[in-house]
Amino acid sequence: MKKLLILGAGTAGTIMANKLAPVLDKSEWEITIVDREEIHYYQPGFLFIPFGIYTREDIIKPKRDFFPPGVEVIMSEIEQIMPDDNKVKLSNGKILPYDYLIIATGSRVNPAEIEGLLDGGGWRQNIFDFYTPDGALALAKYLKYWEGGRLVVNVAEMPIKCPVAPLEFVFLADWWFTEQGIRDKVEIEYVTPLPGAFTKPRAAKFLGNFLEKKNIHLTADFNIARVDAGKNKIVSWDEREVEYDLLVTIPTNMGADVIARSGMGDDLNFIPTDKHTLQSKKWENIFVIGDATDLPSSKAGSVAHFEAEVLYENFLRAIDGRPLLPKFDGHANCFIESGFGKGILIDFNYDVEPLPGKYPLPGIGPFSLLEETRMNHWGKMMFRWVYWNLLLKGSEMPIEAQMNMAGKRQ
Amino acid sequence: MPTKTYAGKTVEVTDEGFLVNPDDWTEDMAPEIAKEEGIEELTDMHWKVIRFMREDFKERGQIPSIRRMKNVGGIPTADLYKLFPGAPAKKAAKIAGLGKPEGCV
Ligand SMILES: Cc1cc2nc3c(=O)[nH]c(=O)nc-3n(C[C@H](O)[C@H](O)[C@H](O)COP(=O)(O)OP(=O)(O)OC[C@H]3O[C@@H](n4cnc5c(N)ncnc54)[C@H](O)[C@@H]3O)c2cc1C
Repeated sequence: MKKLLILGAGTAGTIMANKLAPVLDKSEWEITIVDREEIHYYQPGFLFIPFGIYTREDIIKPKRDFFPPGVEVIMSEIEQIMPDDNKVKLSNGKILPYDYLIIATGSRVNPAEIEGLLDGGGWRQNIFDFYTPDGALALAKYLKYWEGGRLVVNVAEMPIKCPVAPLEFVFLADWWFTEQGIRDKVEIEYVTPLPGAFTKPRAAKFLGNFLEKKNIHLTADFNIARVDAGKNKIVSWDEREVEYDLLVTIPTNMGADVIARSGMGDDLNFIPTDKHTLQSKKWENIFVIGDATDLPSSKAGSVAHFEAEVLYENFLRAIDGRPLLPKFDGHANCFIESGFGKGILIDFNYDVEPLPGKYPLPGIGPFSLLEETRMNHWGKMMFRWVYWNLLLKGSEMPIEAQMNMAGKRQ
Repeated sequence: MPTKTYAGKTVEVTDEGFLVNPDDWTEDMAPEIAKEEGIEELTDMHWKVIRFMREDFKERGQIPSIRRMKNVGGIPTADLYKLFPGAPAKKAAKIAGLGKPEGCV
């Protein structure tokens, strides 16, 4: 029997199990998937928790509801990958040999990377993150009783998963404080290491205008060195200071610890991966997908979905001894919640920055690219249903994995 | 491709002034590139950074990140910001004759 081992049963690992289980011959292949957590979190939902739009119940389901029949599921911490021996060790000492390995261990925030963030005395007092369920829930409680002051939202360093989420957070905050009747008592400042509101110039300008319109102050090129929690300020490496009453941080995002323990990652534990085929740059029988890769694409669920289509094809080619196809183009598609029941949609890849137009049907939509509409907001809210019911199951969707220029205006 | 002349040698550069071929670079070009970046004099500390970057690049084919310079090169991040004010990763890479670091957008 040949063995396919999938590490991580989050967005990407679950999609791959669902795509491959039905097509791999059961008399030839054994598929095993490993994760330490029984609960699947709908991470895009974390954004809505601080504002009471979603509760914890709205964003969780049992992982086991999403695995296809015939796949062996192991709930355990993965201790180490031994890629030269084609083996993986679990925390209970059990050794899992494999013929092919798919790594989908994702990324997580690591507040310990920034001096004074976790250990300065302010953590979960007036410093919160919303990239973890606990952080988002604690922030919801805090915001409920907050009477106003300076809200600073700081992106510590790039890359982060879902790079639009911090912007969505300030847009929603502007809306939420307006609803609460305290917008005039709140100053909102968005502090980022990027030179503007976003990574891509055209979208950066478009989104920058939104910040201005909503009276959200932008501080760019700010590389945080430390948090002075005693004095409620963040300090950059070039000694600039920003004071806060409430700090919402997006700490350094890093790949899983097991990648570091296995010596397979870069400085941030992301795994060097061919950006078009998704094969590990070092080991032929290892593929990497989702947030775990070092690809210069966005780290997002939509990206994991597009990657899955390419990886599916390439995995089948690999086991048939055929050359891999360099088909992944960095395609990302992100709904951006912009507050007051509206949203923006961007669609881009490695080479083409977000452009205006209609999506997914050229000229028709129903979604509008690089434009704020009510329909885009519904797209964002619908995404949760799509995620649980189509995306995780690896179903065919009416959109191509590769980005399409039709429907876009230059 | 635009070209530039440093230390009497004409080399190809990108639109943003990064050397196209790291192998074209010689140590005597560094002070001239540094001047263009607003750094009047390269101290021993600057050279420690430049040499680490060159060696690490030769070994791994990749421009080291600020984190790697700290973890592997033993260069404190605060020092980097003092030595190459503004955008240390970018400036240091340029002076070391390497391309534009990938993480820089
Ligand atoms: C606030 C927020 C908002 C977002 N909004 C959007 C959005 O609007 N649209 C969008 O497309 N994407 C969004 N994303 C991003 C999206 O959720 C991720 O990109 C996606 O989930 C990545 O999938 P993955 O499979 O690579 O990683 P994950 O889904 O994170 O899965 C990784 C899995 O690996 C497991 N694991 C890791 N290490 C070990 C170990 N040692 N042992 C055992 N198991 C291990 C973990 O338990 C986890 O289940 C958002 C993310 C956040 C945080």
